[in-house]
Amino acid sequence: MSKGDLRLVNLTKRFGVFTAVDDISLTIPQGGFFALLGASGCGKTTTLRMVAGLEEPTSGKVLLGGKDISRLRPYKRPVNTVFQSYALFPHLDVFENVAFGLRRRGIGDIRSQVERMLALVQLEGFGKRRPAQLSGGQQQRVALARALINHPQVLLLDEPLGALDLKLRRQMQIELKRIQTEVGLTFVHVTHDQEEAMTMADTVAVMNAGRIEQLGAPAEIYEFPSTPFVANFLGQSNLLAGEVAGRSGDEVLISAYGSRFSVPAGRCRVVDGNVYLGVRPEKLHLAPNTDSVPSGHQWVTGVISDSSYVGVSTQYLVRTPWGTEVSAFSSNAGVHAQVPRGAHVVAYWRPDHAFLLSRQAGAGDATQPLLETVP
Amino acid sequence: MSVVGHIGTAVGPHETPPPPPRKGRRLLPYLLLLPGGLWLTIFFAVPAVQLAATSLYDPSGSLQQGYAMTWEFGNYADALSAYWPHFLRSLLYAGIATLLCLLLGYPLAYAIAQKANRFKNLMLVCVIAPFFTSFLVRTLAWKTILSDNGWLVGVLRDIGILGSDGRLLATSAAVVLGLTYNFLPFMVLPLYASLDRLDGRLLEAANDLYASPARAFAKVTLPLSMPGVVAGTLLTFIPAAGDYINAELLGTPNQYMIGNVIDSAFLVRLDYPQAAALSFLLMAIILAMVFVYVKRSGTDEVL
Repeated sequence: MSKGDLRLVNLTKRFGVFTAVDDISLTIPQGGFFALLGASGCGKTTTLRMVAGLEEPTSGKVLLGGKDISRLRPYKRPVNTVFQSYALFPHLDVFENVAFGLRRRGIGDIRSQVERMLALVQLEGFGKRRPAQLSGGQQQRVALARALINHPQVLLLDEPLGALDLKLRRQMQIELKRIQTEVGLTFVHVTHDQEEAMTMADTVAVMNAGRIEQLGAPAEIYEFPSTPFVANFLGQSNLLAGEVAGRSGDEVLISAYGSRFSVPAGRCRVVDGNVYLGVRPEKLHLAPNTDSVPSGHQWVTGVISDSSYVGVSTQYLVRTPWGTEVSAFSSNAGVHAQVPRGAHVVAYWRPDHAFLLSRQAGAGDATQPLLETVP
Repeated sequence: MSVVGHIGTAVGPHETPPPPPRKGRRLLPYLLLLPGGLWLTIFFAVPAVQLAATSLYDPSGSLQQGYAMTWEFGNYADALSAYWPHFLRSLLYAGIATLLCLLLGYPLAYAIAQKANRFKNLMLVCVIAPFFTSFLVRTLAWKTILSDNGWLVGVLRDIGILGSDGRLLATSAAVVLGLTYNFLPFMVLPLYASLDRLDGRLLEAANDLYASPARAFAKVTLPLSMPGVVAGTLLTFIPAAGDYINAELLGTPNQYMIGNVIDSAFLVRLDYPQAAALSFLLMAIILAMVFVYVKRSGTDEVL
């Protein structure tokens, strides 16, 4: 553990009887870009506010570089926040907003530092403007500069891109990533946008109901989710309800809806009992009949019930014989023809693209057969 | 009509200008201004001109004989040289009362706006409650409270703050305290309005940026509440400077303010030209002070 690591130890926050953050423990390495991902109300912002000192933990600790800062007042923590609402001071111009932290700490040479910071966020010459005279994207960059200028050990970002339109958001994501690489600070980024978390962060923690469901590199979480929640929050998954029927060498055998499937043991979160067999929609391929399924693949039959053309790909819903739908994304690389609605198809996948998750007894298929709308 | 039709075909159907707004719609803002405008004209502008004329009448005239218009600008010089101590006293008393109102009112308004939560409305009602009784009755009540035989003077004498024959009534302190009491709500309400709008997230941001609660107050809360401070001080100072009830009921002729002088010039001495000149002087002095004050506090930047 290096000396600048941020560690949360059994961190808990209750508001009355409601537990917002439930016993979270994790370590964020110095210089990393860490994303807390979750739906609204999952406790991610509360976690962030406890690190900032704006919320006092009910129990547990926040350690920064081995030092317990849990009870330190916010203005004494070497941590700065970019707020969701930006919270720029309306009575101060851009220059004074950015200089605020330096002035409070009595640091000299303010002018050159502020100008360097404004250049970093590409706002040279905007020093004399008021926040109200700036666009949303410019305000966001002032908020970023105002926090970064203090060289905090950890920079906290509370959905800072939430208020921006899609195009600007993509632009700012790249910008933020560039700045983070340039200044080498630890960034903790709270977001509900899974794409944002995946494109920016080295490590993502998926939160649900005050707990961390899974923590890891974006590709790791996406390729091998550990719970049905993660499988469907981070992208979509087809989850077929089944039971483990046995084991054959390195393969776990599953029976579902009268068919047999297998998953390599290394892709299984559980190896017995009720399970979900999961396959990502883009890993499902369509064939006209079982004869044309390549060897070594597994398959289900079905009928195309709906399709949606989204440009780079076509998304199909396939109704299985037992009545639920699975979704399959087919890339429009010009290899496959469009499959018409009502066509009988076979959806097949490679066993090592599947994953096996624990399922509560009685729970049915947990697919989200929603066709994505064209952005 | 044929001309219109011709132009229409010449420029094409898409370029016909939008129809002009109906006449009634264009007149609406003026119609809305009409009642207030009439009121101000009849009850402010006309009397003000009348008063200005009166202030320039020949002072040797009288109510019985009538006044001659002699453009007597000397009335102003005479009024000022005779009553400048009253002007000074008025500004001093009103200034101290405004300062006391600010010192009492700011914490009160802050508490109501930021800390009272569900008691907010109740506390606001308490601030306004004194208005349910007459200004005169309330000031008379203060006369009882401050009287030599009252409990307040008794307690202050017992603990040695007042000498054994010290008194509160009929002193400058009594007049200033009366002014402070009577004008406090005019300070609290605008302060409350600006503090209520204060975004708590700005204080969190200030805390996050190394400002202690005291620094955050000085650098964020206070500057953002300046419009309320300016409005409150104006609403307190202006009427307090012209007040004569407090000096009349709680003071002696030694505490008389310019309002008392104008009152007696109009109603006792019946010296209309001088009373009018004094009124105009007071108005001019207050206007000049307000102008400088508003300019210097620079509130337009805060809004």
